Amino acid sequence: MNDSFLEFSNLRNLLRQVSINAIIAFGMTFVILTGGIDLSVGSILALSSAVMANLIVTGTDPVLAIVLAAGAGLVLGGINGLVITYGRVAPFIATLATMTIYRGATLVFTDGNPISGLTQDPLFHGFGQGDIAGLPVPAITMFLAFIILWFVLSRTSLGRKTYAVGGSEKVSYIAGIKIDRVKIFVYALTGMLCGIAGAIITSRLNSAQPTAGAGYELDAIAAVVLGGTSLAGGRGHIVGTLIGALIIGTLNNGLNILDVSSFYQQVVKGIVILLAVLADRKKA
Amino acid sequence: MEIVMSGIAKAFGTNQVLRDVSITLKEGEVHALMGENGAGKSTLMNILTGIHKADAGKITIDGVERTFPNPREAELNGVAFIHQELNIWPNLTLLENLYLMRPKRNKFGMLDKKAMLTEAENTCRELGIELPLTTEAGLCSVGHQQMTEILRILMLDAKVVIMDEPTAALTERETATLFKMMRKMKARGVAIVYISHRMEEVFSECDTITVMRDGHTIITKPTAEISVDEVVRHMVGRSIDEFYPARTTTPSEVVMSVDNLKPEGFDNDISFSLRKGEILGVAGLMGAGRTEIMRAIFGVDKHNGGTVTVNGSVLNCKKPEDAIKAGIAFITENRKSEGLILDFSIGSNITLPNLGEICPSHVLDKSKLNSFADELSKKLGVKTQSIHEPASSLSGGNQQKVVIAKWVGKKPSIIIMDEPTRGIDIGAKRDIYDLMNELTNDGVSIIMVSSELPEVLGMSDRVMVIHEGRVAGILDRIDATPESIMTLATGGQ
Repeated sequence: MNDSFLEFSNLRNLLRQVSINAIIAFGMTFVILTGGIDLSVGSILALSSAVMANLIVTGTDPVLAIVLAAGAGLVLGGINGLVITYGRVAPFIATLATMTIYRGATLVFTDGNPISGLTQDPLFHGFGQGDIAGLPVPAITMFLAFIILWFVLSRTSLGRKTYAVGGSEKVSYIAGIKIDRVKIFVYALTGMLCGIAGAIITSRLNSAQPTAGAGYELDAIAAVVLGGTSLAGGRGHIVGTLIGALIIGTLNNGLNILDVSSFYQQVVKGIVILLAVLADRKKA
Repeated sequence: MEIVMSGIAKAFGTNQVLRDVSITLKEGEVHALMGENGAGKSTLMNILTGIHKADAGKITIDGVERTFPNPREAELNGVAFIHQELNIWPNLTLLENLYLMRPKRNKFGMLDKKAMLTEAENTCRELGIELPLTTEAGLCSVGHQQMTEILRILMLDAKVVIMDEPTAALTERETATLFKMMRKMKARGVAIVYISHRMEEVFSECDTITVMRDGHTIITKPTAEISVDEVVRHMVGRSIDEFYPARTTTPSEVVMSVDNLKPEGFDNDISFSLRKGEILGVAGLMGAGRTEIMRAIFGVDKHNGGTVTVNGSVLNCKKPEDAIKAGIAFITENRKSEGLILDFSIGSNITLPNLGEICPSHVLDKSKLNSFADELSKKLGVKTQSIHEPASSLSGGNQQKVVIAKWVGKKPSIIIMDEPTRGIDIGAKRDIYDLMNELTNDGVSIIMVSSELPEVLGMSDRVMVIHEGRVAGILDRIDATPESIMTLATGGQ
C-alpha cells in the first residue's frame, strides 16, 4: 500500500475532488427517485459557469455572481422540468435535447473560448480553493448541501412525495399529489446544484471553460446507482449517494496514486459499479 | 369432433373457481356459455385450450381422453380460443398476421406472398367476407382484426372455436358479418362456443345454452326449450343470506348530482344523484362503462361536457386533486396499481393523501404520522405486526383495508368504491360491509360499483344499472331483484 493515500493532504485533496460530483449526484438522486434521469447536468454546469464568468468580467460582484450562477442553474433545470411535465417528453429524451442545447448555448455565448482572469477577490477564490478549519471549502459546501437535502428528503412532505411519485405515479396522482410540481422541483433543484458546482469549478480555475462538465452526468448517475438507488424510482437514499461518490473518488484517487494507467482506471470503475449493482440485486 | 368435459374442478389458491362442470360440444353446433362475471366461463375454456390445468375431471375428444399442454398445441389440433384481447400484431398487415406462424415459401426458401394472398382471398370469398389484406392491422377496424383472427384459425382447419364476447367491440354491421361467418363455419361442421351476456344474440344465433354459476353447470338446454327469464333466473338464482349487515341509515338530502356527464368515448350522457348517507350500488356487465363513469367524475379520465355538483358547488373534474378538495374519495378497482405504493410501508400509504393535514408545516412529524396511521389501521382492522411493514407483505383483504384507511383518514363526504371486495376473503368482506354502514351512519355517502349481484342487493339503498354506456335504470331497494337488475344489465326491458 502506498503511504501517500492516507496522508492528510491527500484526503483533503480527495474530498475536494469528490465534492463536485457529489453535489451534482445529490440532485440526481432526487431525479432518479422520481423515476427520471437528467443527462443535462454537465451542460448546465458549463452554461452557468460561463454566465457567471461573464458577469464578473462585466463588473458584477463576484460573490453575488456565485448566487446568480446557482440561480441560472435553477432556471435551466426548471426548463427541463417544464419540458418533461407540460411537454410530456420522456426525461431521457428531454434532457438529452437540453444537454445539447445548453452545451451549444455555452459555445455560442463564449464563442468557444475560455473566459479567464476573472478577479482577485479573496472570497471568490476561497469558494473553490480555500480551506476553513483545515477542510476544503468545496467539501464544506458539499456537506452543507448534504445535510439540507437529507433533511428535505427524509423529513419533509416534499421528500415523501418524491418517493411517492417514483413509487407509483398513478397512485400519487389519484391521491391528489401535484406530481408535475414535484417533478419540476427535482429538476430545478438539480439544476441549481449544477450551478453551484459550476461556481466551484470557476473559482478553482479562475476561469470558465466552455467544455467544463462534459461527461459529468455519467459520474453522477454512477454515484447514485452505486449508492443503491433504484433507476426504476421510489427506492434509495441520498446517504448512499454520498458513499457512492466517495467510492468513485477514492477509486480515481487511489488508482492514480498506485500509478494505474488511466485506461485501466475506467475498466476498474466500470467493474466496481457492475459488482455493486449485482450485489445489491442479490440482497433484494 | 365432439368434446366432452366432465367433472372439471379448478382452484386458484383458496379460490375455488370451478367445482363440478360438465359440458358437451358437438359438431356443427353453436353453444352459448352464459353466467355472471366470475361464474367460471373463461376458466373452463382456458382449461380446454391448455392455458390452465384442471385439478380434477376429464376431457375426451371423440371418445379419447386428452389434454393440451398449451394453447398452441390446442390450436394445431383444431381447438382455438379467440380472446377478447385479440392476438394481432398491429405493425404487420392482415395477410402477414394470417401467415406469421406458418408462412408459405417458394422453391428458393423465400416468402411466397402471391401464393399466400391467393389462398387468403379464396378463403375470404368462400366465407363471403371482404378484408383489406394488405393493410397494416393497426389501421384496420376491430371487426377486421377479429375476422382475420377467425380466418387464421379456420385456415388451420379448426374444429372447435371458442369466442369470448366477440361482439363487444363490434359495430352492428360488423356483428352481422360475424354472424354470417359463424353460420358458414357451422355448415362446415365447426363447433362454436359462444360466451356472451347479450340475450338477443344468444337466442338468435345459438343452438344450445349452458348456464354456469359459482363454478357449477346449472343447466344445459336447447335454445328452443328455454326462455330469457329462465336463463336469467339460473344465472343469478341464489338467495341473499344473512351475510350482509342490515342497513340502518335513512338517506336524506342530495349531496351530489351528476348531470349529462359524458365520459370520453361514451355515446350517451349520464345523470344521477346521490343522497347523504346513501349507498348507491352500481351494477352492470363487465365493460358496460361503470368504472369509466367513476373515473370521469373523479377527474382521472377526461369527459366531454356535463356537470357534477357537490354540496351545491360545481366540481371542476379535471384532476383528482379537485375532486379530493370537494370531499370525494376514490377507491379504484386496481388496488395494486392505483391504490397502494407497494414499496411503501402501511403507515406511509395511509398518510400519503393526508400529509398536508397531519403536518401543515410540511416538516414531517414522525410521531404524529405514526399515531395517525396506527389509529386508522386499528379502526379498519388491518391485520399486521406493525404499520412499518411494507404494504406488499399484506394479503389482498388487508391491502384493501389500507386503501380504504388512507381515504377514510381524509374524512370525505362521498366515497366512490369500485369493486371494494374483489378478490378478498369472506371475513375481510364482512368487515368492509360493516365499515360502510358505519360511514353512512356518520353521514358519508357511498357509490359502490360492484359486479357481485348479492353484494349490490345486500348493501345498496338504490341500484343504478349501466348498460353499454348509459343508465339503463335506477331501482329502489324494494324493486331491486336479481332478475330486474340482470334484465336491465343485458339490455332487456
